[in-house]
Amino acid sequence: MGHDQNDGKGGCPQGVSRRGFFTAVGAGALGAATLGRSQTPGAPPAGAAEPTKVTLRVNGRAHTVLAEPRWTLLFVLRERLGLTGTKVGCERGECGACTVLLDGTPVYACMMLALEAEGHEVTTLEGLMNGEELGPVQQAFLQEDAFQCGYCTPGQIVAAEGLLRANPQPTLEEIRAGMSGNLCRCGTYAHIFKAVKKASELKKVAGR
Amino acid sequence: MLPGFGYARPRNLREAVHLLSAPGARVQAGGTDLLGCLRDGVFGVDTVVSLSGVPDLRGIRRALDGGLVVGAMTTLSEVAAPTDVVKGYPTLAQGAAAAASPQLRNQGTIGGNICQRPRCWYFRGDFHCARKGGEKCFAAEGENQFHCIFGGDVCFIVHPSDTAPALVALEAVVRITGPNGSRSVPAEKFFILPETDYTRENVLTAGEIVTEIVLPPQPAGTRGTYRKVRARGSWDFALAGAAVVATITAGKVERARIVLSGVAPTPWRVPDAERAIVGRRLNKRTVRDAAAAALKGAQTMSGNAYKVELLRGTVEEALLALA
Repeated sequence: MGHDQNDGKGGCPQGVSRRGFFTAVGAGALGAATLGRSQTPGAPPAGAAEPTKVTLRVNGRAHTVLAEPRWTLLFVLRERLGLTGTKVGCERGECGACTVLLDGTPVYACMMLALEAEGHEVTTLEGLMNGEELGPVQQAFLQEDAFQCGYCTPGQIVAAEGLLRANPQPTLEEIRAGMSGNLCRCGTYAHIFKAVKKASELKKVAGR
Repeated sequence: MLPGFGYARPRNLREAVHLLSAPGARVQAGGTDLLGCLRDGVFGVDTVVSLSGVPDLRGIRRALDGGLVVGAMTTLSEVAAPTDVVKGYPTLAQGAAAAASPQLRNQGTIGGNICQRPRCWYFRGDFHCARKGGEKCFAAEGENQFHCIFGGDVCFIVHPSDTAPALVALEAVVRITGPNGSRSVPAEKFFILPETDYTRENVLTAGEIVTEIVLPPQPAGTRGTYRKVRARGSWDFALAGAAVVATITAGKVERARIVLSGVAPTPWRVPDAERAIVGRRLNKRTVRDAAAAALKGAQTMSGNAYKVELLRGTVEEALLALA
């Protein structure tokens, strides 16, 4: 539990990055906190406002964290698990920067309590990597130059992944509708739609 | 960060109703409206009672009479998916598909969609308006371009749901469970106007939750559609909309229900417009008559007069789509 994403295999080969360092410190503190709770006899009563132990499956790995009921899935992913690929945007379910997959379906992590994600499989941008390589949707966004500032891009990529899992060969109209929950203030929509089309081809070739 | 609250996830309906009887408890379905209200400080909560652990509330099943029963926790995506709802009740499926964005439709439920709080910017903002227990409606003399042209009184919200007008048009029944047992309310009577109570949008009393939506079987020859007009095509709340269900035999309208969205504090049924097409064929002339009848009694404010003409076109288009 509480392993830093940047330690161990598949991490940061040139040593510890600045972000990795802070994340590792945070994860250490969390590990201690979790341990503390598990040693306290008795679970918190139903409806208590105090932190609750929750096990989240994220990108195929189980993470046990102590979460306050008011913490959103977005907050826990970023601030407790160090998965900063999921971005904080509007925090009111309008922009899509925080899009993650819940059991393969796109949802806004800012509009979901972390406790509600228990028992589901969460996939973030980090989970779309192909080992050390970019996954097909990421590769397609790069090839089609589907971003300018890049802030909305993680959410766009995860939304595209969800769309393509449900509909592997979408038409342009289906792409426009399927991506309509993600805003891009740089206005790169035309490139984003091309990238989703490209991603559908790359996935077909890769057989995934 | 949201303000602090407790959380409970009951495993069955009885437990949920019991937990909701505590003062300060509020029900969570998909959570997309609740969390927004908490973040904006529209109201507070001591305990969030989540229904996500109550399995009986989710899913769509065939009723004995041939109709459908839609569990309150069924997501909008599931309601809009190409299944029995689309086949038998296209008005509802189109309403669900027109709501919000793909992500919100994956999270939001039909029960939550019909119980969501209004989007009025004064209600959502830092204004102690009438609906929040204050003394006045700030929209009446303020910015009211998205407010109602029918049914306003003390408060001038529009009902934000796209599925609610479809349910009223389909003569659906809302099943409710609370501390005093269960009851069924026709969708048409579920929503209440400000003149009845300007602090709430429906008949639910403390501790009550919507459990199911019952869709009655539709007579042969019944068609339906939902036309929604919004400020931008991708996703937004309705500026004006029309849910129509009509039974057409031998080219003539035998019965019809027309219910408007985006223009009143409840889904707004227009019986005069329905009468204008019953017994007639749907064509440009009859549709024009119906739209004119639908506009009767509209009362505009400083910023929303455009809704009258917008609504006229919306009703005409919705009816012509069934011709």
